[in-house]
Parts: sequence; C-alpha cells; structure tokens
Amino acid sequence: MIHVLFFASLRERVNRDQWEVAAEPGDTVTSVRDRIADQLPAFAEVLHQGRVLAAVNENLARDHTPVSDRDTVAFFPPVTGG
Amino acid sequence: MPRPTAVQIQSENFDPAEEYARLEADTPEIGAICTFVGLARSFGDRPDVTGLFLEHYPGMTESSIEALIDQARQRWSLNAVRVIHRVGRIDLGERIVFVGASSAHRGDAFAACEFLMDYLKTQAPFWKKERTTEGEHWVEQKASDRERAKRWDSQGES
Repeated sequence: MIHVLFFASLRERVNRDQWEVAAEPGDTVTSVRDRIADQLPAFAEVLHQGRVLAAVNENLARDHTPVSDRDTVAFFPPVTGG
Repeated sequence: MPRPTAVQIQSENFDPAEEYARLEADTPEIGAICTFVGLARSFGDRPDVTGLFLEHYPGMTESSIEALIDQARQRWSLNAVRVIHRVGRIDLGERIVFVGASSAHRGDAFAACEFLMDYLKTQAPFWKKERTTEGEHWVEQKASDRERAKRWDSQGES
C-alpha cells in the first residue's frame, strides 16, 4: 500500500489527513493522484481547481516521479512559509 | 574552519540576538555575518487579522531546509548557517523566521540569506492560515514570491 498524506486547505477539503491506496507497477505521482481522485471526489474537485503539489518520501516530486509500494506520498497546496 | 549548520522548527519564540551571538561564536575568524528576521506584521488590505497559524510537514520541513542550505553552500562560501522557523500559533507582531549566515565575503553572506528566504517561501512545506476576528482562511502563495525564487535559477551555479 502507498501511504498518502494531505496538508493544509487540501486536508480540509478532503476532510482527512491520511489515506491508503494500493500500489501498481510503474506508478508515478500522476497515476497515484488519479487513483485517489477516483476514490475521493473531493480530491478530484481540488485537482480541477488549482495547483496541487506532491512529495514522495519527503522529497518534492514531479508528475513523473516514480512511486513504489510502501512509499509515502503527500499532497498539498503551494507552500506559504517564511 | 568550522561550517556548522543549525535548522530548528519550533513553536517557541526565538531571540535574534542569541542566534546572532551563536553565529559569531561559531566562526571566530570570519568577518561577515548577515541575518534576516521575518515577522507577522503587514497584512495588506486585511485590518482584522489577529495572527497566523502555521501548519507544517514534520520531517520534510527540516530536510528541505537542510537541502536548501546544501545548495547555498555549493554556490557561496559560507561558514555557519542558522535557520529557525516557528510553527503553530503566531500572534500579530511576533517573529516567524530567522536566517543567518557567516562568510569571509559579505557578498556571499548577503546572497545566501536572500536565497534561503526566497527558496524557503516557495519550497519548504509550511502553510499559513490567517486568523481574523471573523474566522480563518488559508493564505495563497504569491506570484511575486515565485518570481523572486526564479531569479536564483537563472543566475547559474558554479
């Protein structure tokens, strides 16, 4: 399973801070994102409305970044620290 | 020559004078020290803001800032570097972030501090929520912050 984390406004919109999704061979951030969008309509909505960033195992990731079983993938809005 | 790095993510306030003193003590032969403090003060057109709440991704915050400091060390000649970022509830007027660096060259110290702030604002996993008398709302990332970070991309790395 892939362990999924949601942060900030995204966390509030999907109403959960974590989720688990099955891994498939050849997974990337894109395929995992799409799989979650199928399972969580609120997540699909947020994806349509603005930028959603991702990190895989605590490293900022791109659409094509590979994802493996037992990885942690976090989804979040553009950051606003500093 | 010592090149210590300190990254602290904490809810407590920090004292910029103490942090400066640590930089000075850490690198006794180094002639230039630059520091920056960001405060929760100006909110533009929202007069009813009472403070902030800073959410973060524990683990990734520290490692992403450490990676930014590594990048700064590749580009500039730095000795001691300290970054402190508060999280959780921060009231109006309070300090949020401290960035400091020492170097034999003042240009390197200035540039590294600005680079670290510009990248921290666009890459480190923190999210600000403004608290007002009428409720709370998430702050959106500013295009101007993205533009500032991009400047460093095109300046080339040695």
